[in-house]
Amino acid sequence: MLAETMTVVYERPETLLPVVSHYCPGCSHGIIHRLVAEVIDELGVREQTIGVASVGCSVFSYNYLDYDFAQAPHGRAPAMATGIKRYRPNHVVFTYQGDGDLASIGAAEIIHAAARGENITVIFVNNAVFGMTGGQMAPTTLPHMKTTSSPQGRDVATMGFPIRVSEMLATLDGPAYIVRRAVSDPATINRTKKAIRTAFQAQLHGLGFSMVEILAACPINWDMQPEDALQHIKNAMIPYYPLGDYKVIDAVKALA
Amino acid sequence: MHEEIIIAGFGGQGVLFAGQLLAYAGMNEGRHVTWIPSYGPEMRGGTANCTTIISDEEIGAPVVRRPSTAIVLNPPSMDKYAPLVKPHGLLIVDSSLIAQQSGRTDIREIAIPAKDIAAEAGLAKAANVVAIGALIAATGIVQFETVVELLTLKFGQRSQEILAANKRALRLGADYVLKLPA
Amino acid sequence: MNRELWEGNQAIAEAAVRGGLEAYFGYPITPQTELLEYLSKRMPELGRAFVQAESELAAINMVYGAATAGARTMTSSSSPGVSLMQEGLSYIAGSEVPCVIVDMMRGGPGLGNISPGQADYNQLVRGGGHGDYHSLVLAPSTIQEAVTLTYNAFDLAEKYRGIVVIAADGNIGQMMEPVVMPPMRQIGHADRGWELSGAAGRPRRIISSIGLDPEVMERINARLQARYREIEANEVRFAERQTEDADLLVVAFGSAARIAQTAIREARARGIRVGLFRPITLWPFPYQRLAELAQRIPRLLVVEMNAGQMLNDVRLAVGPQAVVSFYGRTGGQVPMPEEILAQIGGMAPTPSTNGARAIALL
Repeated sequence: MLAETMTVVYERPETLLPVVSHYCPGCSHGIIHRLVAEVIDELGVREQTIGVASVGCSVFSYNYLDYDFAQAPHGRAPAMATGIKRYRPNHVVFTYQGDGDLASIGAAEIIHAAARGENITVIFVNNAVFGMTGGQMAPTTLPHMKTTSSPQGRDVATMGFPIRVSEMLATLDGPAYIVRRAVSDPATINRTKKAIRTAFQAQLHGLGFSMVEILAACPINWDMQPEDALQHIKNAMIPYYPLGDYKVIDAVKALA
Repeated sequence: MHEEIIIAGFGGQGVLFAGQLLAYAGMNEGRHVTWIPSYGPEMRGGTANCTTIISDEEIGAPVVRRPSTAIVLNPPSMDKYAPLVKPHGLLIVDSSLIAQQSGRTDIREIAIPAKDIAAEAGLAKAANVVAIGALIAATGIVQFETVVELLTLKFGQRSQEILAANKRALRLGADYVLKLPA
Repeated sequence: MNRELWEGNQAIAEAAVRGGLEAYFGYPITPQTELLEYLSKRMPELGRAFVQAESELAAINMVYGAATAGARTMTSSSSPGVSLMQEGLSYIAGSEVPCVIVDMMRGGPGLGNISPGQADYNQLVRGGGHGDYHSLVLAPSTIQEAVTLTYNAFDLAEKYRGIVVIAADGNIGQMMEPVVMPPMRQIGHADRGWELSGAAGRPRRIISSIGLDPEVMERINARLQARYREIEANEVRFAERQTEDADLLVVAFGSAARIAQTAIREARARGIRVGLFRPITLWPFPYQRLAELAQRIPRLLVVEMNAGQMLNDVRLAVGPQAVVSFYGRTGGQVPMPEEILAQIGGMAPTPSTNGARAIALL
């Protein structure tokens, strides 16, 4: 009798594969993978989805997400996604890229995909550091932040300033939807999921380029406990990278 | 038959078109042909040239150092190509724009006021076509009618007036040569 | 058959369209820009994909993307642009997806110039990017041949799931010659079993060139190498002219070969018996046939528009017994028939009075 009254309140999304994670403890990729899987499941588009993994920790995102996947050279995921989408315009095509991949070596590709209004969705995970290679300075590394390649802290006089990608891409006429979110607590995670959903819906409606930048934690390379890392997103990352909607064209607003 | 014709002048004088016209004519008469331009930045406002080869045999090199014929439409081209024409070859010079002569005695040199004749035909830009008319009259390299057909194909849809002027230019170029003392 | 006068770049573009090109991505660079321009009009006309990319790097990765999705896809460029594409080409080779690349080679190194060259030989036939891989490299010497090779290049790329390169140069790209165009092929194909088309009613597919475990990566390499051996066995192509009675063999490819042909004709007219061996596949290189010929004709003159790149393959083919001379022009200079003729004269044996007189005439 007891069993009949039980309801499922939490389960693994269908398209998130039941495999052991290779990500570090406290890493945000797991949460973000799950959000993508939930949204794809809810939209019912698994069978028409093609993902493009990038180079970095998320190179293996295809080990977790149960879609057709290509794996791009470092920084080139938006170009590959362009090639796929132009040939298969009715498919749902997304890239999953970190900040080293997207904002450093892939700066040209992301700018031009956005400028073309390429009808793809970009999941941009910004944890302010090169994760896979062991915590080097990224274009998004905060001023004074210590990394293995800025051991005294990022000196903007010689190492330049961080790039606010969402703000920069929002100046272009091409994009339909560009927002910045975070995954630092349940409320921000829920808002991030909503944004990912809107981004994919924009693509499904043929509205053009959509990107969700997600401020994420990298406790290992930040040399912090996971909880402290989540606090660090709130205390250090968000002040430099304000959350918000940087570009939402009217047709996307109308989807809500 | 194996003829190599270099046509050279300023960009905008239609030298590339003139060379293509010959290549098309040669092809339509069943011969082997190649056409190759000098290409790139040197074409922008500077000199332009192209090489057309018409042959009974399969054509190897599309480029030649010493052509059997040179058509020169400006003084720099005269300086460059007049010395290169093969012995017993032909040099056609637009004397409207080029005052000097090659001084060569081992080639045939035809000085024709192509630009003036083109103006008389009603289209000052058609000096290139005048020169082709002269070449046909001097060598018989292709049939006059073949070129007329090509001009009709090229201009017939666009403008009867331009077509008529081009045809006149071709005719007057040929007539000028035919009237020269042998 | 209707002969039409076509410029090389445009002819290759149209041949690709008729061969089933479904998605083209490119970037302007002289001397291949007309190819891009032509397709910018032609592809949308047919409802097929065309993107002018932000760089050659982006272009090759768009090709990579379209290839993973199963498209017949192509890019075109010229030497410096092809250098930039090497990253993507290595990934494409490692991922085993098919594509076609057109390289209208120009003078280098560096920015060099826009004049014709053949100095991408090593870059194209040795792989070019990182890792052990080969592209199937086809070198046309006429526009008709360029058309035929391009038209069939997609079939080859798909058969071997790899890269096919049309290696030509500014001469071929810019010149016009009569061409008989092949008929338009229908596009569209049955699922190839590996392409990314959405995991509908089947397990999902992953296309990647990663193999973190060296054992896995070595197995991938072994598979690639086995396929390259298969290509070497099946696809070697070459052309021979007047080799039957030749005392001297000129070896040249692409536009250098057709220029050499003019010199050979002249040499023959002067009584020197010269033949031409022209590799059409630069990789796989026709080692075996050249070795056979060198047994009979142990004097060879290699002519290239570079400082001697194919020369190494010729030497590998013929071994130390043969006398191999080289004549090359570099930096965008095109060898003239007279220059090649002079080289032939310098090498020709002098068995007959005819031959001796011919050399004296040179």
